[in-house]
Amino acid sequence: MKTRLLIAALLVAAPLPVFAQDFAVTNATVATGDGGAPVEHGTVVVRGGKVVAAGAGVAVPAGILTVDGTGKWVTPGLFSAVTDLGLVDVDGVDDSNDTSANKSPFNAALDVAPALNPSSEHIAVSREGGVTRASVAAFNGGSIFAGQGAVIDLGADAAMLMRPRAFQYVELGEAGARFAGGSRVAAHTALRNALREAREAAALAPGAQRQGDVLLTRADALALAKVIDGSQPLYVGVERAADIRSVLALKSEFPKLDLVLVGATEGWLVGAEIAAARVPVITMPMRDLPAAFETLAATMSNVGRMKKAGVKVAIGMFAGMDQPRYAPQQAGNLVALTKIPGATGLTWGEAFAAITSVPAQISGFGGKLGVLAPGAAGDVVLWDGDPLELSSAPVEVWIDGVKQPLASHQSRLRARYNDLDETYLPKAYVW
Amino acid sequence: MRVSTAMRRWTSLLALGAALTLAGQAADAKKKDKDAKAAGTPYASTYKAYPGRPTALVGATVYDGRGGRIENGTVLFENGRVVAVGGAELAVPSGYDRVDGAGKFVTPGVIDIHSHLGVYPSPGVDANSDGNEMTSPTTPDVWAEHSVWPQDPGFSRALVNGGVTSLQILPGSGNLMGGRAVTLKNVPSRTVQGMKFPGAPYSLKMACGENPKRVYGARNQKPSTRMGNFSVNRQAWIDAKQYMDGDHAERDLGKDTLEGVLKGEILVQNHCYRADEMAQVLDMAKEMGYKVTAFHHAVEAYKIGDLLKANDVCAAIWADWYGFKMEAYDGIPENAALLAKQGACVVIHSDDENGIQRLNQAAARAQASGRRIGVDIPDAQVVGWFTYNAAKAMGIGAKTGSLEVGKMADVVLWNGNPLSVYSRPEKVWVDGAMLYDADDPKRKPVSDFELGQPGEGDVK
Repeated sequence: MKTRLLIAALLVAAPLPVFAQDFAVTNATVATGDGGAPVEHGTVVVRGGKVVAAGAGVAVPAGILTVDGTGKWVTPGLFSAVTDLGLVDVDGVDDSNDTSANKSPFNAALDVAPALNPSSEHIAVSREGGVTRASVAAFNGGSIFAGQGAVIDLGADAAMLMRPRAFQYVELGEAGARFAGGSRVAAHTALRNALREAREAAALAPGAQRQGDVLLTRADALALAKVIDGSQPLYVGVERAADIRSVLALKSEFPKLDLVLVGATEGWLVGAEIAAARVPVITMPMRDLPAAFETLAATMSNVGRMKKAGVKVAIGMFAGMDQPRYAPQQAGNLVALTKIPGATGLTWGEAFAAITSVPAQISGFGGKLGVLAPGAAGDVVLWDGDPLELSSAPVEVWIDGVKQPLASHQSRLRARYNDLDETYLPKAYVW
Repeated sequence: MRVSTAMRRWTSLLALGAALTLAGQAADAKKKDKDAKAAGTPYASTYKAYPGRPTALVGATVYDGRGGRIENGTVLFENGRVVAVGGAELAVPSGYDRVDGAGKFVTPGVIDIHSHLGVYPSPGVDANSDGNEMTSPTTPDVWAEHSVWPQDPGFSRALVNGGVTSLQILPGSGNLMGGRAVTLKNVPSRTVQGMKFPGAPYSLKMACGENPKRVYGARNQKPSTRMGNFSVNRQAWIDAKQYMDGDHAERDLGKDTLEGVLKGEILVQNHCYRADEMAQVLDMAKEMGYKVTAFHHAVEAYKIGDLLKANDVCAAIWADWYGFKMEAYDGIPENAALLAKQGACVVIHSDDENGIQRLNQAAARAQASGRRIGVDIPDAQVVGWFTYNAAKAMGIGAKTGSLEVGKMADVVLWNGNPLSVYSRPEKVWVDGAMLYDADDPKRKPVSDFELGQPGEGDVK
């Protein structure tokens, strides 16, 4: 018991690794995240925090630290699109929950960045699951606009913010109707009015007064100016086919909008139109129930069919019980669909891309994150098996070439309660 | 951003504060107990097995649900019952349909001990929200079966994607005593009675912890604390004992249920998260003279696996949900494995209309988490977590939940290892009737609600 305590104390006292290592993972099955099939007996080389090479036939630089990947898989870190990571400790404990603000006078101006907490338990748990990057969105409070989300890394250090104000989030459909005062009509009116006020606010000379008949605060209007000129993507929460068409039609009124659909449960019914508009989609694929009237056509084949129609689709929307570490399971289920007559799924490579490179591309980090390609960030995960399989888990995680601790409140609890022996001291002394 | 339906259901429970109307018990229902008994079982099951053909599943890997595994196995069923389970040497009688299971897997039908299908159906509109009678902290008088909507499309998804053949529908957890649960066969039916599992005992749904004290505390009413929770519960049991010892001159629906528990005829399914609180509940059960059959959710069960084993109480749990409320903060993915290590009974449950479609996958996740800390639980035992153990804790373990001679032919043929993410049910039989066949679009139920709607009959 004493030895165990001593080791535990040493582990706690050990400094966290903060320097990027140059390293190579050798003889592993390599999945680069680009949509292709995994390659056996491959190598990944990381130098200076960046990927240098990945695949078969890659030479291992002399003298570099090598990690034997025999029997293991090596992949880019997972990218979780549209999460609540870093904004909440416990959903049901209001004081710990910064996901929404229904009593704030602000909406579009809300910016999650200053509230992000890299020490959140959910960051550590997600990192243990192989998630290295994420986009973070707020929930709506008192408006169709939830505010501005961010892109983060999940490294065990203080510098988590990669891109603040990475996108604006607006809720349309049934939820948007509720926030707008009771109807989709009101939501679309609120949206158009807000964009008009944004345009006017942006055109004013510094210090000039706005006209009296405005609904938005100045901060909200100015925040939306970035949406109108296309410099900030607009994520639109929408489900029903008809609602998706109405969203796509916004481009004719506001041509510079950089739209991303979030949800799109009935997207497969309008796949060709979404593809033609070149609007990407972030969705939770296994939702197959008519949970609302706006999702009557819900099907697990949604992703596969949209993909077939030419839509760029990422798996995402991880919040609450839908944990980011479940992304591989969601992707794996899409592969399972390929064996079901009448269903449309994804190949393994496509499914894995949907939780790595595709969400990274949609989030503005194509080629830099979610992929093992020269010049990409050194986010590397070594798995003890096929990463989409239920039995697999990461054994090593690097972010920007920095080896990460895989420990959390959960891992400490599991160590404490690995046995229930309290013969000599209570469990409180096992730490 | 929007959250899942399950999350919305949870958060709606968090935000309660509406005005309270104390349920006036129907005290004027002055019926003699013997009159009630003379009327027979009310709302009795009218379920009858659908026609099936004598079937032989040949060549698959068979998990019997009780820890047994047979390579290249043979399963025979006829007239709705399992006739024989064995290896390749088992002869297929003449007249049997032979289903080639080479490369495939056979398990008992999947069973979910904790579902709200039908009482919180899809679509999840307010008009369909019938799962929680939150007008009094104790409502043992309500019966979930009176809320179940048999046209909930969730039943068909559970059958087709999850291989679920039986499930227990519970009232919600807003009340300390939420009411009677009902056990159903997962068969499409015009009526709830047509789904009711013949001979299944009733269960009383109880809930401890945050939910009841939050719901009623927000109304400035008892209970507003955990000690209030216990006080209200204990008084209810004391009152029920008096009723039980009395002449039953005035019939009381709620006390009928509690009397059934005290007599051991009705099981107790107790929603409870924290280890210390489960220990308190076990003492309350001892004090009042009843038995808790299973703790549900039980995210801290791993802290008291020894106590649960000693008390012969199952833990019905998720694989790794955690952190959504304070009492779930200590949830860990190794919960099931550490319980198994202590020899305690593990059941994997869903409490979710999506999760019920993947109970096998949840079990596999929990198994893998155990393996990584050196707790290696064989696949055949893990299959029991979502078949036999669930049946046992629902009081139907003698009838279904395992592939044993004479039991109901509730059977799933999987197109691969059910503990793999890449596998799905290929065929599902309930009492020997084939109710799903992936290769036959006509063997796939479509609820009334979905007819003529976008995506009707689509592969979901």
